Order: sequence, then structure tokens, then C-alpha cells
Amino acid sequence: MARQGKEPIFSAKNLRLLTDPVGDNNPITVQVLGICSALAVTVKLKPAIVMALSVIIVLTVSNVVISALRQYIPERIRIIVQLVVIATMVILVDQFLKAFVFDVSKQLSVFVGLIITNCILMGRLEAFAMANKPFPSLLDGIGNGAGYGLILVIVAFFREFFGSGTVYGYPILQKIGIFHTGYENNGMVILPPMALIFVGLIIWVQRSRNKSLIEKK
Amino acid sequence: MENLLNIFVKSIFVDNMIFAFFLGMCSFLAVSKTVKTSVGLGMAVVFVLLITVPVNFLVERYVLKKGALIWLGEGFADVDLSFLTFMVFIAVIAAMVQLVEMVVEKFSPALYNSLGIFLPLIAVNCAILGAALFMQEREYESVIEAGVFGVGSGVGWMLAIVSLAAIREKLKYSNVPDPLKGLGITFILTGLMAIAFMGFMGIKL
Repeated sequence: MARQGKEPIFSAKNLRLLTDPVGDNNPITVQVLGICSALAVTVKLKPAIVMALSVIIVLTVSNVVISALRQYIPERIRIIVQLVVIATMVILVDQFLKAFVFDVSKQLSVFVGLIITNCILMGRLEAFAMANKPFPSLLDGIGNGAGYGLILVIVAFFREFFGSGTVYGYPILQKIGIFHTGYENNGMVILPPMALIFVGLIIWVQRSRNKSLIEKK
Repeated sequence: MENLLNIFVKSIFVDNMIFAFFLGMCSFLAVSKTVKTSVGLGMAVVFVLLITVPVNFLVERYVLKKGALIWLGEGFADVDLSFLTFMVFIAVIAAMVQLVEMVVEKFSPALYNSLGIFLPLIAVNCAILGAALFMQEREYESVIEAGVFGVGSGVGWMLAIVSLAAIREKLKYSNVPDPLKGLGITFILTGLMAIAFMGFMGIKL
């Protein structure tokens, strides 16, 4: 870990690194990074949470590693160096998932591997870790991973709730007996296109709460 | 032949990279503002997929799979390098993208300029690695099948980005609620297009 000098570990500036990406600078809804994998794994809450944790781990560790190495990486080959670091982390996570939660690993199929090409990683490494010390990079990694995970979990919650009537596998709608009143699960929410529409709606809500994010044309 | 046609049509419409798997969304959303640039990027993706999928197929079959190294001698029969898959695939892709970049720069500077930053970023376009991983997961039998799958996926991706760009060009004249402008409406549009594409589901040739 790098020495922080005189700056306190959790100064306001560092804390903002952690909280900004969760809200107003969210990687998915504002920076438009890492959408690819975000949508395909959100049918159920469980894979979404596993995926979010994987991304947080990979992003945090590779942010710290790249940031620690940043003065030794030649400019011309930096992309390949970044890819190697990311790929190593992803391989570790993938093997770990295969060993301990095999069923989830099967559900996620190729999407764990696709963390490598998740734009969040390259984007954050390029934009932040290459220019900052390891500790801020650590916070940046956790913050952005959490921001990504937050959207994933919100989308997955609604899709699982409306699509299958369960929350984290627990059949909540069946337990309160709403099916007797003629309510039926909305099968369409499980289908992939609805994930896109849900993210669109989240963006709508976020931007109407925070006018400064509205795009000017 | 029939089999190849089936793979081709299936990878364009049924298993469309964008509408069924959301792969390559980042550049899909960022470059789809005008039809012209999106055609350029689409071509580049088709080209890169055409090269990388068969190459990765050969790499997987003769280097990575369990027992794939047997052509080196009996002693290698038990070697299983499949845990290196991600690393090797991404290295092949990065090298190929570099190659494509040099070719495009040499022969079509105009296209090179209009693609700008997005050409090198194809290396981290999820659609490319995604196609390689799907190729591995679906266990295609020959290098030709893998190639056809690659081209099909690329064409499907191109179709998607060009049609989205066409819609977005028209969208400039419509009255979208302020908070939805730009990114939000694009997401919802893509969702609606994906619903339309679901009509192709279950088609068999």
C-alpha cells in the first residue's frame, strides 16, 4: 500500500472517489461503461450478485496493480499489459466460481470471461489508475464496481420479482397468495429485451432527479 | 452446406450478438449516432470476427484443449491448458485488431479517421471475445463452421448498429422528454428492437 503522506486516509476527496460512482457518476448510467455483461446476467438476483462481486474484485485488484506499476509500463504497450493483468484476475475468479459455486458459474456461462472486455475495467484503468496512486485507485475500483453492482442488483430485483415472482429464490408472491386473485407472472420481463428497457427507465429516474445529467443536443 | 447456412442465418437473426446477448454494447451505443460511421465500424467488426474466430478455433483445437498438444509427442497427451483460454484468446484478438488497424490505415485513411478511437477499442469489444467464447462453448466441428459463425455474428452486429443509427438519425426530429434524451431513449429503443428480433426465435432451417 502506498503511503498517504499527510492526507488522512478517508479525506473528503478520497471518500468522494468511493461514493461518486455509486450515484452521480455511475459507470453504467452516466459513463456508459460495461453495459455488455450488465444486462445478460440480470434475470435472477443470485447470478447478478455473484457477477457484481466478481467485477468489484477484478476491478479493485487490477486498479491497484496497474496503479502500482504505472511508472514502469511503457506507453505503447500499455493496453496489452492492462489486458494481461485483467485476464489473470478473471481467470482466478472464474476458477474460484467453478470450484465453489458451480451452478452459478454455469448460469453465467461466458459472461465471467467477458469481464475481461468489460469496458469498465479498461475505462477505469486508462482514466484513473494510470494517473493516480494505488490507494485512491483502490477506492475508485471499489466505488465503480459498487456502482455497477448497484444497477445490476436493481435490474435483477425487478426482473426476478415481476418475472418469476421470487426474491433471491424465495417465492414471496406465492407466500402472500396473490396468485389466487388472478395475478400472473409477466413472462416478458424474463426475456432479454426488458433488461434494456429497465436500464432506460433507471436512467430516466436518475436524470429527472438530477437535472445536471441531462444531455444537451 | 445446409448446416453452414443454418449456422449463418442463426447467428445473424436468432443469436444476434446485440439483441440476444448484449455483446458489444459500449461501442454500439457510442458510435450509432450516424449511419455512415456505424457502417464503417460494422465492417471492421465483421472483418475482425472473420479472422479471429477461425484463428481462435485452431488455437483451441491444437493448443489449449485437453490432449490437444498430442501432435508434439506422446508425453503431451495429458496436458490441459484450457485455463489459459481467456488470456490466449484476448492476445490473439489484440494482435489481429492491431493488424486490421494497420491495413485500414494503409488502404482507407478516410475510414481510419472516421473510426478514430473505436478501431483499437474493437480489441475490448465484448462481441469479439464473446464470439470466440461462444464458438468454444457450442463446440463447432470444423474451422469452416467456426468461420461462418464468425461472419454471421459480425453481420448480425452490423445490421443492429446500422438500423439503430438510422432510427437515431430520425429521432433528432422527435420530442423526447428531457431526462430520457440521448442515452435513455437509446436503451429503450434497443429494447424495442430486441423485442422485434425475438420474432426470429426458434427458426430452424
